[in-house]
Amino acid sequence: MGLEEYKGVYIYAQQVDNEISSIAYELLGKGKELAADLGTDVTAVLLGSNVKGLCDKLAEYGADKVIVVDDPELETYRTEPYAHALASVINEYKPEIMLVGATAIGRDLGPTVSARVATGLTADCTVLEIGDFPLVAVPGKEDEQKHNQLLMTRPAFGGNTIATIACPDNRPQMATVRPGVMQKIDPIPGAKAEIIEYNPGFTPNNRYVEIQEIVKAVGQVENIMDAKILVSGGRGVGSAENFKMLQDLADALGGMVSCSRAVVENGWLAQDYQVGQTGKTVRPNVYFAIGISGAIQHVAGMEESDIIIAINKDADAPIFDVADYGIVGDLNKIVPALTEAIKANAAAK
Amino acid sequence: MKIVVCIKQVPDTKGGVKFNPDGTLDRAAMLAIMNPDDKAGLEAALRIKEQNGAEVTVLTMGLPKADDVLREALAMGADNAILVTDRVLGGADTWATSTTIAGALRNIDYDLIITGRQAIDGDTAQVGPQIAEHLGLPVISYAEDIKIDGDSVIVKRQYEDRYHMLKAKMPCLITALSELNTPRYMTPGGIFDAYEKEVTVWGRADLKDVDDSNLGLKGSPTKIAKASDKVRKGAGEKVNLDPTESVNYIMSKLTEKHVI
Repeated sequence: MGLEEYKGVYIYAQQVDNEISSIAYELLGKGKELAADLGTDVTAVLLGSNVKGLCDKLAEYGADKVIVVDDPELETYRTEPYAHALASVINEYKPEIMLVGATAIGRDLGPTVSARVATGLTADCTVLEIGDFPLVAVPGKEDEQKHNQLLMTRPAFGGNTIATIACPDNRPQMATVRPGVMQKIDPIPGAKAEIIEYNPGFTPNNRYVEIQEIVKAVGQVENIMDAKILVSGGRGVGSAENFKMLQDLADALGGMVSCSRAVVENGWLAQDYQVGQTGKTVRPNVYFAIGISGAIQHVAGMEESDIIIAINKDADAPIFDVADYGIVGDLNKIVPALTEAIKANAAAK
Repeated sequence: MKIVVCIKQVPDTKGGVKFNPDGTLDRAAMLAIMNPDDKAGLEAALRIKEQNGAEVTVLTMGLPKADDVLREALAMGADNAILVTDRVLGGADTWATSTTIAGALRNIDYDLIITGRQAIDGDTAQVGPQIAEHLGLPVISYAEDIKIDGDSVIVKRQYEDRYHMLKAKMPCLITALSELNTPRYMTPGGIFDAYEKEVTVWGRADLKDVDDSNLGLKGSPTKIAKASDKVRKGAGEKVNLDPTESVNYIMSKLTEKHVI
């Protein structure tokens, strides 16, 4: 195959219930940067039923083009019709880069499509950039070094290691990207994209599974990934009751409470609030780590926060190694007093 | 019915991680366990065997020492075990791994293939769906519950904020979540029997309809440019003050950074 035939940065614009998922905007934000480095443009691939109305939203968040596959078979996510749609788009339009969110949908769709179009896929990326492969040319083989490659960086081994991966000989270069890591652009009101309607045709076969029932979580919680300020507690908070103290601080700051894995295991908070390798990746403006020791799996989910403030009575806790501001002390005394100080400060304004 | 469970021997990620000079993992140097999601998949298969009657085969691709996890699976109650091992398979990415396992599975009769959702070393969640793609099977990922219904399976498929009850005709492939169940322990009798049983060993020549260009490090589309222990953001300031001074310190930082 001629690799040079493949052009443009494509992102999978995930929608659920005809509402675009946040990850689609994050991918557009990153896709725009990559496209600028490559001197090309960004195309969003939108799959669904009655979804054409969503194209303008994608344009406002940076899509130059939107390819829409609108078909009743795509009403609800199922692996086969979605994989058929996305693989057909790739085969028809030949992108050099295809980004998919590392969501419960993307981590099913991505591998299926990559195998169907016979290319590599790098999972759960946290950094994407354009560069050379090999990173440093082998002496005497300078002409074999490939330029303008997608370099995909991801954590592995429970956050213990980090690897940078390239896909030099196959196209598209495919990656799934962890939600909450890439930055959206500020939307540009009224922006328009070129809309391309495409339908590869759908013929149900043995691979089409039947959806018998859809059960949505009740009492849908606010997502900690959207919070600007997170007040996160760990085992050191001591009890479910003591989380009231953290909630008060979060309320005073207009933030949300989150937690480490130990808290979920103790049944103090639901898993929706868990930050870390097996929980969510967050990057708020401010992350308070209160009574959190800082296990590597937890740090992997919050280290990209702009400001990290840690409060822990153990001066040797590993959380202090990643904190911008570390306070060695008793959280039971500091947290309520801090809440009062913040309230007093707000009242004085 | 016949069930094949694909399992992987993985380094326990709580221990240290070591690399070969070429940047690939030095698996030989690390402590090894049966991958947790795979073990849940095996447990699900064993429960189907108990309730519906089934022959359960476990299959792994790995180094010869991966025999250990196959013996463990046999001791838990699996009927047959297959080890796919060959030097030419080393350094495989998920494409080459799924190609290899699909090549091995083409030799076996199956109604249901179960894999773990993901392994704790790579965390990719790719090999299960990719095997299904190579074999042309329906795939249901992220299974929280599996029931047999005649010639079909009914699976509770997890998403972030919901689940779907999905029905697929067999043969099909399911990827299992650890939340599916609590795997049983090996029994003393089972352990004894496990070492009496024979593990089938297959190499490159036993893979069906597989091209050499899709195997091992050379057949992997993804290449490691760089691998290293994670470099973390350095520590900032650390203070040890009385509670009032601590609060004042935090307030001054929040003000300085325009948070309040």
